[in-house]
Amino acid sequence: MDFFVLMLAIPLVSGALLTVVGERDWAPNINVLASLGTFLAAAGLTVEIVANGPRFAFGEQFFIDSLNVFFVTLTAFVGLTTSIFSGPYMRNERDHGRLSKPRLRLYKSMYQLFMFTMLAALTTNNLGILWVAMEAATLTTVLLVSLYRTPASLEAAWKYFILCGVGIAQALFGTVLLYFAAERVLGATGNALLWTHLVGVKAQLEPAIMALAFIFLLVGYGTKVGLAPLHNWLPDAHAEGPTPVSAVLSGLLLNVALYAILRCKVLADGALPEGYAGNLMIGFGLFTLLVAAFFLSRQKDVKRMFAYSSIEHMGLITFAFGMGGPIANFAGLLHMTMHSLTKSAIFFAVGHASQKTGTQLIENISGLIRINPLIGWGLMLGTLAILGMPPFGVFASEFMILTHAMRHYPWAIPILLLALGVAFASIFGKVQPMVFGQTTARRLPHAPAITPVFLHLGIVLMLGLWIPPYLTRWFHEAARMLG
Amino acid sequence: MISVSGLIGQVFAIALALLLAPLLAGWVGQCRAWLQSRSAPPLLLPYYMLHKLFNKDVVLAHGASSLFRAAPFIIFGCMVLACAIVPTLSTDLPFAPAADALALVGVFGLARIFIALAGMDVGTSFGTLGGRREMLVGFLAEPALLMVFFTLAMIAQSTSLPTIVETLAHRELVIYPSLAFAGVAFTFVSLAENARVPVDNPATHLELTMIHEAMILEYSGRHLALIEWAASLKLYAYSCLGLALFFPWGIAPGDDFLALVAAIPLLVLKLAIGGFLLAGIETVNAKMRIFRAPEFLGTAFMLAVLGLLVRLLLEARV
Amino acid sequence: MSSIPFSAQLINLFAAAILLLGFAMLAQRRNLALVNLFAFQGLCLCLATLTTAISTGQTHLFYSAGLTLALKVVALPWILYRLVRQLNVGGEAEALINIPTTMLVGIVLVMIAFNVALPISELSQTITRGTLGIALAVVMLAFLMMITRQKAISQVVGFLSMENGLFLAATSATYGMPMVVELGIALDVLVGMIILGVFFFQIRDQFDSLDIRHMEKLKDN
Repeated sequence: MDFFVLMLAIPLVSGALLTVVGERDWAPNINVLASLGTFLAAAGLTVEIVANGPRFAFGEQFFIDSLNVFFVTLTAFVGLTTSIFSGPYMRNERDHGRLSKPRLRLYKSMYQLFMFTMLAALTTNNLGILWVAMEAATLTTVLLVSLYRTPASLEAAWKYFILCGVGIAQALFGTVLLYFAAERVLGATGNALLWTHLVGVKAQLEPAIMALAFIFLLVGYGTKVGLAPLHNWLPDAHAEGPTPVSAVLSGLLLNVALYAILRCKVLADGALPEGYAGNLMIGFGLFTLLVAAFFLSRQKDVKRMFAYSSIEHMGLITFAFGMGGPIANFAGLLHMTMHSLTKSAIFFAVGHASQKTGTQLIENISGLIRINPLIGWGLMLGTLAILGMPPFGVFASEFMILTHAMRHYPWAIPILLLALGVAFASIFGKVQPMVFGQTTARRLPHAPAITPVFLHLGIVLMLGLWIPPYLTRWFHEAARMLG
Repeated sequence: MISVSGLIGQVFAIALALLLAPLLAGWVGQCRAWLQSRSAPPLLLPYYMLHKLFNKDVVLAHGASSLFRAAPFIIFGCMVLACAIVPTLSTDLPFAPAADALALVGVFGLARIFIALAGMDVGTSFGTLGGRREMLVGFLAEPALLMVFFTLAMIAQSTSLPTIVETLAHRELVIYPSLAFAGVAFTFVSLAENARVPVDNPATHLELTMIHEAMILEYSGRHLALIEWAASLKLYAYSCLGLALFFPWGIAPGDDFLALVAAIPLLVLKLAIGGFLLAGIETVNAKMRIFRAPEFLGTAFMLAVLGLLVRLLLEARV
Repeated sequence: MSSIPFSAQLINLFAAAILLLGFAMLAQRRNLALVNLFAFQGLCLCLATLTTAISTGQTHLFYSAGLTLALKVVALPWILYRLVRQLNVGGEAEALINIPTTMLVGIVLVMIAFNVALPISELSQTITRGTLGIALAVVMLAFLMMITRQKAISQVVGFLSMENGLFLAATSATYGMPMVVELGIALDVLVGMIILGVFFFQIRDQFDSLDIRHMEKLKDN
């Protein structure tokens, strides 16, 4: 059986299955098993790609190369750990009476469908299908964000739907424009939206159209990445949805949206004068970074705060890819991996913490380390990691981005340092009392799943100290593809 | 070049306008009555009215100045001039070089200023109120009308009305979306300018809502007759303008006398249909509050601008 | 004086009608009438697609036209109509900014859209090149409508109207995207609509209203 087909089929089938069987005691296990299966298939696919090079699937509609296989593995991995985490978390929520059985069923089936849309978006070769998959991902996550059906969660989901709907509509317009440009070169065949065909003729694409198309695509998918000024949905959706959803939103959805921009940037770079697309991304990235850093300091809700931190990191990554070149691209890819792993680990820890204290307000959470040292340390270490403290991988990627910026874009350094400094001060100052001090937490009936937290942090730590050579090669190859 | 047939056509068009205008007003009134299931007034009612008014003495208010007495003649003159330069029957009009489409807007504006001044001259509160409202409507309607003319002028590459009509009448059948926009905008403006229902009601004397009637409350006798006649001439001019611009088929191309004669029954038919539609619009719609009028005319302006833009985008270089 | 084929004229006419309807929606206060206007816009879109299909003989555009007819003229307006009836929100929906101002902003947006699209239109070989600018204008007008409206229903109609603009760009300006894409887009819109339908009831149950002014709790402060 083809690994690729398996990887897409497992989440799709298990999503349907979980809808049919409903909420049972063993349903979370199916969720975990399905995610495990997806991850194994993705790992198998990765081995295959690394060994044999890029391949197509379903005619030419799907295409896996060293760039997206890296995202696929990451997505499947975080998908797996989040499903492990969500088992006890959701049981606790049920016992608290926050979620009924039908909601839990909805949660699991939508979770699997969400994974399916993410993987489809990552692997498709057709920019139209990419759009469709992104939109489908929005729809599934809207249902996930509004899972609690409280006024706040409905408001968050509504905002999310409308803003991302508008954003994604811009992206569709960009796609139409892209097709418009491609049609002039490739003819009105079904191939005109296939990325592999477009890359071949990217230098011939009409610059006037491509310039406009890239702006629309950047703004459109950028809404989903959380680029300012269209980032407003992100903190709400993160704060009001269940914590596992916050983890996959931050860890995966933002990455996939950014991946979509990267694919488009490759085409835009080919057609447009040097630096056009890059400068746009640098501008958006720096602006996002600044906006997020200053909003960070005002947050009272812990999940909102880390959501703004995600926006901040997305801004940094967009900036890195905007600079372009092998080093900056390498750093960007590394930072995406690091951020994805670290931020989901933090959300796992935060989820348990807020369950134990019954609140998401920072001032009401304290002394985590007394009631559950592992969660406390997990949150502390995760925070240190995301803030770019040395032994962790985030430090390595941020360092690379900064040094590269220093060499090529020295004027951006003050902005970067200012934003990172403000972020450091506000996050660290707020997390420290949460972890230490008098405790407000209580014990929970279902023991939290600690493994995912430390698994993620362990990987981040390892990658900070030593990146395995085959991983380096793989990153290098992906970075080179991005130009 | 003024040709004899052109001169005849011109004189004939003016005579026809003077004759047909009250008839058109009567026809619209009759259609309204039918549509509203009332028993209809006679078709020739406006003529009876004019006859009656011309035979009555003029009663002047105490404070009336000479402007009050001169205004009806000026207004009537303006409307006759307007009717003379609108190509109703043929496009060979010796008067037409006197005023193009933009000047036509000016002629209407002149009439408006005098009727508003006359309304305020006597010093009654109603006259002032009506004058102010009239200026409000005019201030919003004129730009919209100008925009409509700009669109048409771009199509015809000329602001001269006969040239525009000639271009529109003798092109091959091409769908101009911009014309549709301009047509709707022109309809809106016509309704407002002629004091028809969504903006004003010509049949009301309810003090809070009237515009046109408020200004002419103080007029009597032959002055009133002239103003009524001028009002019907204005309706006639607008109707003919609309027909000539948007349904120009059948207008005689020039010194073709037969075509000129053939154009008359066609014009009457088109006016009859147009009058019926106008009555229909007036029946279906309710009069809007005076403060909604800016919105109504704003829409007209917007449509006209859209027409212009659509013309630039879709039809440029065609 | 002109040599554009009749089909292109028809498409231009329908495109202009779609733009006009976009403005009408912007000016419309009543939700029920808004839904009707949306249905008309869908119809014009369908006719434009059909004309393109006939004139170019591309079979998949016929499916697109059929899809538009089924979805945008029948299904979605019907769902919306029922929602409006059941939720009893057919009446006036006051806009944030008064209507004439909105219209003027709309005109400015149309100018911007036309300006942006003009250089691209000049490059296009297809006879319906002008429609791209109109499509962009419709998208922007719908965007404006979503910003200025406070009722959830009118926001959704704005969203769907935006999709109409995009469909116009996809079918008329470029003679159709690949069929897979169009199917996917249509499916997404339909699913999104159904989700929203469920959503409306939830929102009303929670807030006793579909007025999104009630939904301003989540703020950064």
